[in-house]
Amino acid sequence: MTDFKCPECGYVFSEDAGDEHEGYPPGTSFQSLPDDYVCPDCSVRYKEDFEQI
Amino acid sequence: MYALEDGHKKTIIAWHESTGDHAMKGYTAALPSGEAIHYIDRKRWFWLLSVFYPLQPFLGIWLHAETGNQAWLLFPLFTGYVVAPILDMILGEDKNNPPEEVVPQLDADFYYRLLTYAVVPLHFVTLIGAAWWAGTQDLSWWAFLGLAVVAGIASGLGINTGHELGHKKSRLERWLAKIVLAVPVYGHFWIEHNRGHHRDVSTPEDPASARMGESIYRFAIREIPGAFLRAWAIEKERLERRGKSAWSTDNQILQSMSLSAVVQLGLLIAFGWKMIPFLVVHNIFGWWQLTSANYIEHYGLLRLKDENGKFERCQPHHSWNSNHIFSNLVLFHLERHSDHHAHPLRRYQSLRHFEDLPSLPNGYFGSYLLAYVPWLWYWVMDKKLLALPHVNGDLDKINIDPRRKEMIYRKYGSPELSGPAGQQ
Ligand SMILES: [Zn+2]
Repeated sequence: MTDFKCPECGYVFSEDAGDEHEGYPPGTSFQSLPDDYVCPDCSVRYKEDFEQI
Repeated sequence: MYALEDGHKKTIIAWHESTGDHAMKGYTAALPSGEAIHYIDRKRWFWLLSVFYPLQPFLGIWLHAETGNQAWLLFPLFTGYVVAPILDMILGEDKNNPPEEVVPQLDADFYYRLLTYAVVPLHFVTLIGAAWWAGTQDLSWWAFLGLAVVAGIASGLGINTGHELGHKKSRLERWLAKIVLAVPVYGHFWIEHNRGHHRDVSTPEDPASARMGESIYRFAIREIPGAFLRAWAIEKERLERRGKSAWSTDNQILQSMSLSAVVQLGLLIAFGWKMIPFLVVHNIFGWWQLTSANYIEHYGLLRLKDENGKFERCQPHHSWNSNHIFSNLVLFHLERHSDHHAHPLRRYQSLRHFEDLPSLPNGYFGSYLLAYVPWLWYWVMDKKLLALPHVNGDLDKINIDPRRKEMIYRKYGSPELSGPAGQQ
């Protein structure tokens, strides 16, 4: 399981934890997020902009 | 901004000259070169203006109470639309930026945050105070409606407060945003703005970005319902992912709207049927403040699509900016809008000016006045839009109202102004 970070605002999507508020349960793979996914905190970075950490 | 050599320590003082004022809090940091810098934020205490500016309806009420002349209730219209644009003209622009090295300290300084918290209850006090005066005094119809307009404008500033708070990651600030947005009954704004407008800004898909050739009145008809529907769709989708109904208590739009209902029904019970016209006018003028800001903030600007068919990431030149010092100080730096959209989580005290940005001719209040007279707005702004360095006369790099496209291409699509794509 991997973490992905928004390069603009530092938001981290953790595959282990998911994001409960956004409705992504623990164990959600980053790959499975929708293609039009944007950072839930800043909205100005797309899925492909996230960096694996 | 200039620097004073002080031994090997350099002092950078923003806005106006050094006073050697020891009461001013300073920040010390090291430049990449290792040199120490000391920074004093000269705007620090002036940010209190953003806290007290929304209390203006009380100034009118006090002057009415003192003199018995109802016309004083309209006084805040004079300060907002005459005094503020003149002060912006006279005091001019402020192009100072805090050095990037001290920004973490500036952001961590709790004082700046406290101001945005403090103004939240004041918005409730202003609405209730104005409603009390309108409901209990024997006013002429025009003074009654005027007070509702003035109160609505003050509550529109509450959207600005909610805007600054809602962009932050902390639960407290997000909750305060939802609470203050209840005053103008604009609870959907937090989602609409952060998740919708910031994602789609300066594209034809954004109901909150104005198009070239679109008047503010036509824009309002597209923006007000469009923003609500987008916010609802985004929130519904989130709740569906969580297996909940759009009408659950988890719906963040409904949370804020319920508080609006409590406040407005309370006023109706307290002051009677007169509150119906008062609150309708108040709410519409509150929303109109946001519509006005949205209209001028991205007029005609366009993000181009990249090779993957996605819109390019938002750059500073995708927002109109204003550095006019007075109106920035009463709006928590909202007018430094270019940096805000490029970096939405930056705190107001740290927003920067950049060179060669799309620049509004006055602060927001003066620019609103221009926008309210569409032909005057087009006359001033269309030239500025075409002359922007990244546009350089190319109409294909402008977000144009489809209904006015033919007319605009005929008028501006000449070879001198436009590239090959502009010739039809
Ligand atoms: Zn982000």
